[in-house]
Amino acid sequence: MSDAPNRRLVLDDTAVRRAVRRLAHEIVERAGPLNTIALVGIRTRGLPLARRLAAVVREVEGLEVPVGALDIALYRDDAFTGGSKVAVGQTHLPFDVADKTVVLVDDVLFTGRTVRAALDALMDFGRPRRIQLAVLVDRGHRELPIQPDYVGQVVATQAGQSIKVSLTEIDAGPGGEDAVHLLDTPERANGEARKAP
Amino acid sequence: MTQTRRHLLELAPLEAREITELLDLAESFQDISHRRIKKVPALRGMTVVLLFLEASTRTRTSFELAAKRLSADTLSIAGGTSSVVKGETLLDTTRNLAAMSPDIIVLRHKHSGSPHLLARHIDASIVNAGDGGHEHPTQGLLDALTIRQHKKRIAGLKVAIIGDIAHSRVARSNIAALGKLGADVWVCGPPTMVPPGIEALGCRATSDRDTAVRDADVVMMLRIQKERMTEELFPSDREYSQRFGLDRDVLARARPDALVMHPGPINRGVELAPDVADGPQSIILDQVANGIAVRMAVLYHCAGGGGGDA
Repeated sequence: MSDAPNRRLVLDDTAVRRAVRRLAHEIVERAGPLNTIALVGIRTRGLPLARRLAAVVREVEGLEVPVGALDIALYRDDAFTGGSKVAVGQTHLPFDVADKTVVLVDDVLFTGRTVRAALDALMDFGRPRRIQLAVLVDRGHRELPIQPDYVGQVVATQAGQSIKVSLTEIDAGPGGEDAVHLLDTPERANGEARKAP
Repeated sequence: MTQTRRHLLELAPLEAREITELLDLAESFQDISHRRIKKVPALRGMTVVLLFLEASTRTRTSFELAAKRLSADTLSIAGGTSSVVKGETLLDTTRNLAAMSPDIIVLRHKHSGSPHLLARHIDASIVNAGDGGHEHPTQGLLDALTIRQHKKRIAGLKVAIIGDIAHSRVARSNIAALGKLGADVWVCGPPTMVPPGIEALGCRATSDRDTAVRDADVVMMLRIQKERMTEELFPSDREYSQRFGLDRDVLARARPDALVMHPGPINRGVELAPDVADGPQSIILDQVANGIAVRMAVLYHCAGGGGGDA
């Protein structure tokens, strides 16, 4: 599994695909009537994941679930204190969130601060009936009382490590495959890792 | 401490990349004004002082809304109500304000270079909201953004700026912004209103309106600012209008899809015919709407926030 001393492959291309399919099935089973569900991807990598989940739902259930994009830069609690600056992207919710079950989608759940900001941002658009959380990887080390409803993979990590998710839509890496790596280096500042899709 | 503050004093020294980043950031802020809750918490807990020592409604309200939509606390001080009328110097007024620890001071002042003076002496981010005949950087940015949104580009466009170039800080900021972004900028006005050597700022100059308007992609009309004129620079409004105003016949010489802009307030019938001001090619109200997004971007940038990734 190991491709470099400080870098371990946690999920390969096939495993990411399977995890996304399983997440989509779980959402279909547990999120309530399909016509009340909306998927909202947290920029940057939550957005392609939300689109993939919607594609699986379409394939399996023959139904179009709306997909929105949420940018949380203006809601962060460290916008002016972090080392590198967070780029501000666009939020686009092409549906009314009122009375919807909104499933927030992100790649990695870590401290929970991103999700806290996303909850605040979402509430400014109206009053969803319910908000749930789907993540590809839960790496632990929460700093806020936030838990996911749907998890692709739980990865045990240490504080000094970080998780690197590569998705073909954003990270055109060698071979162009999806992958999740565990790195033995601290979390990079968000500003560096974020790039518009 | 003072050195690490970010200011926006003028566009002339900025690089094209920095201008583009501010425009991208402004685009990210645009949709906030169309939401049900027109507010984001980005500048929560910060104080923005609007120090407007020269008459202004549009720019001051635009900055005030921008600051409020970012959740900053605002304090508005206008010329007539401040102790400046009691003889206090600008620096003394501002030092007193600075003692209240504002994060950003937005200054409108009749003297060129006033914002630079504050930036040297006051520990706050300074935003120039118009200093004499020097620059009006947020106007230059909002004009550039409005053009970019309508034309999908700025490089290669012919932009004619017509009016009192000599007294116009709007012209200077536009020459700087549009020139750096690759536009072919022409300025035009009566010889008394086009300063010699203006070409050094990166534009071409003419006193012949038709030369400026011919095949232009954008025609930007400037307001005749009688309050800034210390002498008669043209014989009459009527003659000015005939030689330098924009009506339908003159506009017909520009490209068919040319945009008409004006920083406001308009002297209807002097520099701009009413049917052109309200016509299909006019994007004057888009300029106003974009002003809020641009000022949000500038305040957010000066507060220390990151760029746009639109």
